[in-house]
Amino acid sequence: MNTFSDSVQAALNLVTSFDPALWVVVTRSLAVSATACLLAYGVGVALGAWLAVSRFRGRGVVLVGLNTLLALPSVVVGLVVYLLLSRTGPLGFLGWMFSFQAMVLAQFILVVPVVTALTRQVVEDVERQHGEQWASLGAGPWLRSLLLAWDERLALLTIAVTAFGRAISEVGAVMIVGGNIDGFTRVMTTAIALETSKGDLPLALGLGMVLLAVVLLLNALVAGLRRWGEVRHGRPAAADGLVGAQP
Amino acid sequence: MSAAQITLDAVSLQLGAQQALKGVSLRIAAGERVALVGANGSGKSSLLRTLHGLVPPTQGQVIQTPGVRQAMLFQRPHMLRLSALNNVALGVWLDRSRALNWRASKALALQALQRVGLQSVAQQNGRQLSGGQQQRLALARAWARQPDVLLLDEPTASLDPHAKREVEALMAEFASGPVPDKPLTLVWASHNLGQVKRLATRVIYLEFGRVLADLPVADFFNTDLLVAHSPAAHAFVQGELS
Repeated sequence: MNTFSDSVQAALNLVTSFDPALWVVVTRSLAVSATACLLAYGVGVALGAWLAVSRFRGRGVVLVGLNTLLALPSVVVGLVVYLLLSRTGPLGFLGWMFSFQAMVLAQFILVVPVVTALTRQVVEDVERQHGEQWASLGAGPWLRSLLLAWDERLALLTIAVTAFGRAISEVGAVMIVGGNIDGFTRVMTTAIALETSKGDLPLALGLGMVLLAVVLLLNALVAGLRRWGEVRHGRPAAADGLVGAQP
Repeated sequence: MSAAQITLDAVSLQLGAQQALKGVSLRIAAGERVALVGANGSGKSSLLRTLHGLVPPTQGQVIQTPGVRQAMLFQRPHMLRLSALNNVALGVWLDRSRALNWRASKALALQALQRVGLQSVAQQNGRQLSGGQQQRLALARAWARQPDVLLLDEPTASLDPHAKREVEALMAEFASGPVPDKPLTLVWASHNLGQVKRLATRVIYLEFGRVLADLPVADFFNTDLLVAHSPAAHAFVQGELS
């Protein structure tokens, strides 16, 4: 036996015995990321679909900016949200620093560009091929963006999972604005970082396993839903080339 | 000659670096069946899109008689992941000039599906129908909007021979109009000269965005007349028929 195999064995025991310390952190992680993704999804899909069909001066600059935000480092988001929420910051009056809401806000900011950019790409591909037909039928840009986004809902489902993967796997932002407070703002990624530095490898590994399992489960669920959708509704026109959730 | 439904006055269209149309002047009267022919890139699709108002001309003007209703059919019709019936109903519902509610739109859509012989697949997913059925569905969607002018961009180009015949038969049927004294005006782009001969009353030959021949169908397929009128159009016809 070595340290790694011992740790894996201990981690498996923690997971299968439903260790409360582990599952509290898992539940909180899921709650933070799910809330952030739901909010970001609503905003991102609407914004992305609108960007796909609208033409205005400076659109190219907006798209370059949006694509740049895809690579936004999570620690930078954490820093910005920290400054916004700090006592002297513009949102300091909310009193959200080191709270659930602060972590949701940080992950929301991280995920909105992902949802917006990928939705824009999916809807714009369909708009380029078929938008003229819907314009010919009388659908204006807003209605067209909604119709085409709804029609590409299977591809948008993959985007949702990609966004969730980005949110749940990030560590820098939630560490800064959440503070990794035990029993309050500790989530899976911050706990893994902390337990590793303390040398409690089984707990860190156990959390890592759960994190992977969550993402695996989501990807499997989306793959199943997409297969079901393809059988029922036909193949999505613009779903190829999108990545799933990555821990 | 009856009054023009659509008039193009010295219309030019610049699409990026390409001049798609160059000084095109035309008048299309009610009930005409106008076939647009020419090689790929000659400007047929651009002319249809300009007639339909999808792209504004860079120069010149398109004048349409007030109240004239248009519908356009594309080479590869796009259906949403909805039932065939709902796809057609959506096309009717989107027609702002009539502003029908969903129930009335569906009723009209059902009639249109019956008209094109697709009532048996009304509840099937429109996206999963065959290419020929989808084109007939698109015809139903256009028909349900009760147009005066129907524009079609190579409607049978990607279809198998059987589906081609079905769509062509519907075009011929539609051309006679919903009521005998109100014939539908058809303007369509085609590479199929046999179809042009069978359906058209007038043929317009385009090359590099210019109209080089605009003749009644009998004259267009009269070799001597066509050679005298436009050697380029004659060479095109010979090439297509050989």
